[in-house]
Amino acid sequence: MGLKTPMYEQHEKAGARIVDFGGWDMPVHYGSQLEEHHRVRRDVGMFDVSHMTVIDIQGSESKAFLTLLLANDIRKLTTSGKALYSAMLNENGGVLDDLIVYDNSGDYLMVVNCGTREKDLAWITRQAGAFDCTITERPDLAIIAVQGPNALEAVDQVASSEMRSVIRSLKIFQGGYSGAWFIARTGYTGEKGVEVILPTGEAREFWEKLANNGVQPIGLGARDTLRLEAGMNLYGSDMDESVSPLESNMASTVVLEDHEFIGKAALLKKLEAGVEEQLVGLVMTDRGVLRAHYPVFCDGKEVGEITSGAFSPTLRHSIALARLASAQGALTVEIRKKQFAVQRVMPPFVRNGKQVYKLI
Amino acid sequence: MAEFPEDLRYAKTHEWARLDEDGNVTIGISDHAQEALGDVVYVELPEEGAVLEAGDEAGVVESVKAASDVYAPIAGTVTEINTELEDSPEIVNDSPHLKGWFYKLAPVNSDDLESLLSAGDYQKICENED
Repeated sequence: MGLKTPMYEQHEKAGARIVDFGGWDMPVHYGSQLEEHHRVRRDVGMFDVSHMTVIDIQGSESKAFLTLLLANDIRKLTTSGKALYSAMLNENGGVLDDLIVYDNSGDYLMVVNCGTREKDLAWITRQAGAFDCTITERPDLAIIAVQGPNALEAVDQVASSEMRSVIRSLKIFQGGYSGAWFIARTGYTGEKGVEVILPTGEAREFWEKLANNGVQPIGLGARDTLRLEAGMNLYGSDMDESVSPLESNMASTVVLEDHEFIGKAALLKKLEAGVEEQLVGLVMTDRGVLRAHYPVFCDGKEVGEITSGAFSPTLRHSIALARLASAQGALTVEIRKKQFAVQRVMPPFVRNGKQVYKLI
Repeated sequence: MAEFPEDLRYAKTHEWARLDEDGNVTIGISDHAQEALGDVVYVELPEEGAVLEAGDEAGVVESVKAASDVYAPIAGTVTEINTELEDSPEIVNDSPHLKGWFYKLAPVNSDDLESLLSAGDYQKICENED
């Protein structure tokens, strides 16, 4: 018996298989996670991600605070509603979480993961103590993501005229308010679409409107294969406090120049000593599925393990992310005691429904 | 809700077996098993001609969630495999008891089917699992 989002009954009615996810009762699929994945790549689907944590950061020193808190540079956000994807580090450079923060006219709106909620809130609140800045969790807000090549049209068809004009005004990776609803052109699938952060009391009706307009619900199972194809990390699998962003394919989200932030000293030490491990993409064209924790070998020597793996419905073979020590030779993965050849690639694996990865 | 056809016999390891008119036994995995596995993406079948004891590994079914071994419920020699599953593994989800059959074998002794579970007994085991 876990926490339930406003759409729980609707998930049950739609035939969802409900599982525990970080203390929440969430839909993992509604019949076929493969079909749901294809639908998002080919058409449109909607996700209930209300289990995630929304935080308001307000006050005259919010920007100074976030400049210190985040490894990416919040000062990049010079347009209203612009979003920033960043790691939040501890003093050792380890990743506490990855998150998105939106400019909100001098204040900020932040979305962090569900599983890290307590840890993040405690850390953020403590670090904010030195600044003129308030941290307010927003459990009164739900989140519905609509993603896919037809997502914007699907939302347009059920949106108020104000919401329509807000969406039209948004650039990629930017959000804006329509009344109390915050709509952003962001997502975790690699497709077009929006994430709508709205009052919990209004979420069911919006979900229902989308459903009546033919938008199908998509479960967490497909969400995971979609984000993996898009080369996006999952906190807890691809990175955690024991690794830094430099070993997590997140170096490009870290700004070291003219930027003091928690964890910087540790990262500089790592760079000086040489970063020993990298998070890389793997593809396997043989029949079989790469899964988390399978060991990876190079010329017979174990060089790392898979952090996230799955069958890619779009590519019709298996893909994975793996953290490997530097190794130049041919790679194999051990699956049930046999070795299978895999190729090293740069994520993302899929963009706009097509294979885009290059072998490296 | 999973189906448990009465005309099949079942193993605790979730395979079903059906005695065909020609004396061979057709084997697949149950509706309960395919539901638990989720979308099937690969099926590994035994080799034609393979000689199997009851309980021997006779293939693998790989789903989005996990890989699961398929066993021989009774002893026999593999006479035919369902090669359609190689290109269309989803047939296992759509039609686990009919089109989704895995392999056929010539049983050492067709009476061995009696030692397998009836639909009712197998259903009880499945209900206790959940």
